[in-house]
Amino acid sequence: MSSRAEILASLKANQPATRALPEDLENPVIFESPVSVFATMLTNIGGSAVEVSGFEEIKTYLKEHFSGLPRIISTLPELSDVTERDWIDHEPHSYENVDLAIIAAHFGVAENSALWITESLMQQRVIPFICQQLAVVVRKTDILSNMHQAYTRIADSSYGFGTFIAGPSKTADIEQSLVLGAHGPKNMTVFLVD
Amino acid sequence: MSTATKDHAALSDIFNADEARVNWHDDTLWFVRAKRDKAAHTLPEWERLRDTASQIKDNVLSNLHDYLLQFESNAQHNGITVHWAADAAAHNRIVHEILNDNGIRQLIKSKSMLTEECHLNEYLKEQGVDVIDTDLGERIVQLAEEPPSHIVLPCIHKKKEEIGTLFHEHLGTPEGMSDPVFLTAAARLHLREKFMTRRAAITGVNFAVAETGEFVVCTNEGNADMGAHLADVHIACMGIEKIIPQRTHLSVFLRLLARSATGQPITTYSSHFSKPRPGQQMHIILVDNGRTTQLGREDFRNSLKCIRCGACMNTCPVYRRSGGHSYHTAIAGPIGSILAPNLDMKKYADLPFASTLCGSCTNVCPVKINIHEQLYKWRQVIVKEGYASPAKTIAMKTMDFTLSHPAVYQKAGKAGRWFLKHIPFAVNNRMNAWYKQRDMPEPPKQSFREWFKENNTMQKNNSDE
Repeated sequence: MSSRAEILASLKANQPATRALPEDLENPVIFESPVSVFATMLTNIGGSAVEVSGFEEIKTYLKEHFSGLPRIISTLPELSDVTERDWIDHEPHSYENVDLAIIAAHFGVAENSALWITESLMQQRVIPFICQQLAVVVRKTDILSNMHQAYTRIADSSYGFGTFIAGPSKTADIEQSLVLGAHGPKNMTVFLVD
Repeated sequence: MSTATKDHAALSDIFNADEARVNWHDDTLWFVRAKRDKAAHTLPEWERLRDTASQIKDNVLSNLHDYLLQFESNAQHNGITVHWAADAAAHNRIVHEILNDNGIRQLIKSKSMLTEECHLNEYLKEQGVDVIDTDLGERIVQLAEEPPSHIVLPCIHKKKEEIGTLFHEHLGTPEGMSDPVFLTAAARLHLREKFMTRRAAITGVNFAVAETGEFVVCTNEGNADMGAHLADVHIACMGIEKIIPQRTHLSVFLRLLARSATGQPITTYSSHFSKPRPGQQMHIILVDNGRTTQLGREDFRNSLKCIRCGACMNTCPVYRRSGGHSYHTAIAGPIGSILAPNLDMKKYADLPFASTLCGSCTNVCPVKINIHEQLYKWRQVIVKEGYASPAKTIAMKTMDFTLSHPAVYQKAGKAGRWFLKHIPFAVNNRMNAWYKQRDMPEPPKQSFREWFKENNTMQKNNSDE
């Protein structure tokens, strides 16, 4: 018998009588000001929240904080004049030397400062992981309170790959000492746009 | 490590030889447990979340057959190749075949407790395939040629100085350097080279969604993503119980997982893999390896609800003071002690006894598994099936005889008090396992029965009449 047939037969024989799914969780935590909760949570996990009025302010911030970095890429057309051109259709390994990647998120979640980003916003799946530093642009009106709202928003949308990213890559595997920048970005800046 | 013949108590003795380390291990894990409490208490709906998660898992376990078929069909529709493995050997063979088909002899692997359970690394090594673990903690224990001692914190038993020595030997860091920031940076460089050059990546799976055919992998380091998005071939390995019915259920589990594990509100990355990227192969292996048997054991079925957060280990007074390796199984601690006897009752007969039955594990479990009750039930099964250690069996039989014969019980009590009073060294010695790390109590002058006889004035008065 194949493994598949064996497992399915064994499940048929051993699984208990059907139990119904529970109701959706009622009244999960809702924040009065999700943007400020988001900013606090992000700061607590080692990221930086920057409130801006628009892309001109983002450009100014980039100039002040990230100038001099050899390789800056962005998926945002609004930033095309300050970032590398024609970087998109290359082999994923070729982005190993990206110093800063600036991408957009669909929305953020205040309770854990996670941002939902799908493949269409990354261009290449590896981008938010392989870059040395990551910046993400999200609208303030797109900051939700909790994960239940998040999945209501995602609903049955289709994506090849999607991820929640909360802060920079990190590890505490050596004696529980927190170190930022395990394999992915060493820091994360989130631009919260009016 | 030749731990096959030693039981939990004997292996704990080895760990306990270094008292300072035991205290440090104990404190560190309690620190993680305290962070969990803090994170849980920030959510007013925490207990309702646990209830909801537990009920979703009840539904999963009662419909696993159909959910797996639904997942298979949706995943295939998305372009993922689905494999089924009845046991560890079948799982390992499938991995090897995929690698052979692609002419790959070197791969990278992010954390997967399932591959630990199946001893995949050892198997692949025998086939001449080189595996590098990319989770920092797992890479450290791999360099030390040890198994992980904790499912979330694989090298929690190691001091930074020991890690510094390992890195000096294997990665060429300066001798005596043990700063965590420096060592992590060295590992980042060492592993980046592997990410850039290896063509196959194995990941575990935290959740697989029947409704959509996607699977979710959670890490803090980003190593699963670095591997998967750079490799030509991505192989994801999962136990069949990792299925959840709908995408929306991820909201419940992602809220619980990291808060229970480390006290973080969520892991840095919660990645949803739905389709392979153009030109990439994506495989998923659905593994039984005893899970359907456990599903048929009514008393132990709930253990399959586990989402591998490790909270039961961090809180367990026995785990914290005996270390993960003393459990001689891939998944240590309370949950491992109810999973392992299902796989091999004889080999793991000692594990359900490695508990005080205090119930703290049950109290912190995010999916409300009745862990301590299952430990107690396993003890009964193990003794009944004749797998308990001979000393334990004799002690239990003697106890049974003594407690069911009142005259013997009274004599035994008297004898015990006499020994403790007059020749304490007869019981205060190494032959008595209870005496280890304890002093025997001061013996009372008389038993309660004797005292009651003397002081029961009511009966005296009655008999005087």
